[in-house]
Amino acid sequence: MNRRILSGTYLFQGDEACAEGALAAGCTLFAGYPITPATEISERLSWRLFEVGGIFVQGADELDSLTIVIGAACAGGKAMTATSGNGICLMQECIGYAAITETPCVIVDVQRAGPGTGIATSTMQGDVYQVRYGSNADYAIIALAPESPQEMFDLTVEAFNLSEIYRVPTFILADEIVGHMRERVVIPEEVKVVERKKPKVPPQEFVPYGVESDTDVPPMPAFGEGYRMPVSGLTHTETGAPSTDYEVQKKMVTRLWNKVEKRVEQLTKIESAYLEDAEVVVLAYGSVARSVKSAILEARRQGIKAGYLRLITLWPFPDRVIKDVVMKRPKAIIFPEMNMGKMIREVERVAGGKTEVIAFPKPGVELHKPGEIYDLIRRAI
Amino acid sequence: MERHPARKYFRAEQAEVPHLWCSGCGIPQVWHYTVKAIEELKLDIDKVLWVGGSGCTGRMCTYWVGDFLHTLHGRPLGFATGAKLANPELTVFCHMGDGEATAIGGNHLIQTARRNVDLVAIVINNFNYAMTGGQFSPTTPLGAVTMTSQLGHIEYPFDLCELVTTCGATYVARWTTFHARPLINSIKKGIQRKGFSFIEVLSQCPTQYGRRNKMGDGVQMMKWLKESSVRRENAGKVPEADLKDKFLIGEFVDIEKAEYGASLRELIKRRGG
Repeated sequence: MNRRILSGTYLFQGDEACAEGALAAGCTLFAGYPITPATEISERLSWRLFEVGGIFVQGADELDSLTIVIGAACAGGKAMTATSGNGICLMQECIGYAAITETPCVIVDVQRAGPGTGIATSTMQGDVYQVRYGSNADYAIIALAPESPQEMFDLTVEAFNLSEIYRVPTFILADEIVGHMRERVVIPEEVKVVERKKPKVPPQEFVPYGVESDTDVPPMPAFGEGYRMPVSGLTHTETGAPSTDYEVQKKMVTRLWNKVEKRVEQLTKIESAYLEDAEVVVLAYGSVARSVKSAILEARRQGIKAGYLRLITLWPFPDRVIKDVVMKRPKAIIFPEMNMGKMIREVERVAGGKTEVIAFPKPGVELHKPGEIYDLIRRAI
Repeated sequence: MERHPARKYFRAEQAEVPHLWCSGCGIPQVWHYTVKAIEELKLDIDKVLWVGGSGCTGRMCTYWVGDFLHTLHGRPLGFATGAKLANPELTVFCHMGDGEATAIGGNHLIQTARRNVDLVAIVINNFNYAMTGGQFSPTTPLGAVTMTSQLGHIEYPFDLCELVTTCGATYVARWTTFHARPLINSIKKGIQRKGFSFIEVLSQCPTQYGRRNKMGDGVQMMKWLKESSVRRENAGKVPEADLKDKFLIGEFVDIEKAEYGASLRELIKRRGG
């Protein structure tokens, strides 16, 4: 029996589905520090990983956890950590390190109410900027926002693959509702897994951070394979030598930025319905999308031309799909978020005043009710 | 022209050369002692990983010709743990300064020692943060002058060997940069022992710590280190009053205990993975 891919149908919590997604994607090491509402991911992997020859480490804190994950990835592992709230704060230093060293790793943030310790057992979508911009200076990451336990499985597999392809820290930006909700999860017979690109040239011809003409992602050997790999958090040249030169800094930072931001089209995942004739478009991501869908169905039943667009990829931000919505000149775009209004700034930037963008912020704890969203749609019409 | 025997271990083409350490510094000495140990044990360069953090000592790994992981200030032990778990074939060195190992990285140090991860952790203790201009660290002696203790240091210093012994390290030794041969032997033992091997090297920093405390140049400071250290087995023969302000050197712990990675792999075996 394939213990990595537990093919079948289950009633899983989102956190459990995430753990199974990691296993199916080929995760070989997980390190995490207990924190509500992400702890169940650690708990499941603390025994499941050993069944597939992997290793579970309970970190001494979130710094310890992510350093272990990055070290393991550099030595050829596929590694993940999971956290929330204060934990994602502590990880920021390591996130920047993973970005500059281009170390593939998956970071699951099951967001909880804050700021500070906030309400550990309650939901929020407060970390959407923190995972994008939390570490010092400029880099880019990928972030995917699941709306269900099924997507906790599917997107965790996807996150591993993207992280390996682009050598970039990749986030599952879940929230407490999605993490703790139990729902039907189908694990397929086969899962598409992408392996890290290794150098094709022998060690003496290898340029550690050199890129081939068709890509801007350098191949990555593991420690111990004879490539004498230099990995450093210092600004470095293609050979891995530290440098304080402006041209070196410009080239490195630009590549780190562009390898994600210039690939926005390939990285964009969305779900949408009823957009063709929509007079009002409701945007959402994560668990809020569930309420939005019910509100849209109710609006349609009442003959109101409402549509919805769910952002699955939050970062890089999909400007083009928002622009497409704006170009159809709906009366309004409504954006309920479980924060004081964060991703809406990106939408307002793209809309450029051409369409009214209505915020519906809630600072976590309580999910938007379908009725509340429906009322807003009616008022906008 | 004949090449220096250590040349094959030195990453000259891709590193900052001439190296960044000051004249008289003890860090490049320890770099050399480490490769001596590697050479004497005939280790395969391609299976040796050097991990470092930030600061003067953190830069040591960037001159190692093989795989290196130059990481965050205070956190190299976490990265080293991850790499060792992912590839147990690697011999993993982790060189740290006193400040990063015991202040910002204090938790990494005690947890890695407690878990008994198979690494060679070498702390070069030069009693101050040197790269940032010479501020006090958790090992700065009472009364010493640094850029942030200009009126004389008032905090008590850590005894690092006692600290990691309490945490469960299976090999613990302390030497100075003067004690080349016993230090190289300790590094070799650290490589051979399956567990967390901790070696503290008392070192001179003539540019920052030495200058502010009027201790002379690198050679004079090494003389001071030699004269201030007492072999632990001889400590009983020295009057107690004379032991004050002396450093005990030698081997403190050399025991066997289950190593973390081996215990984890035992769990894999038990679960049939």
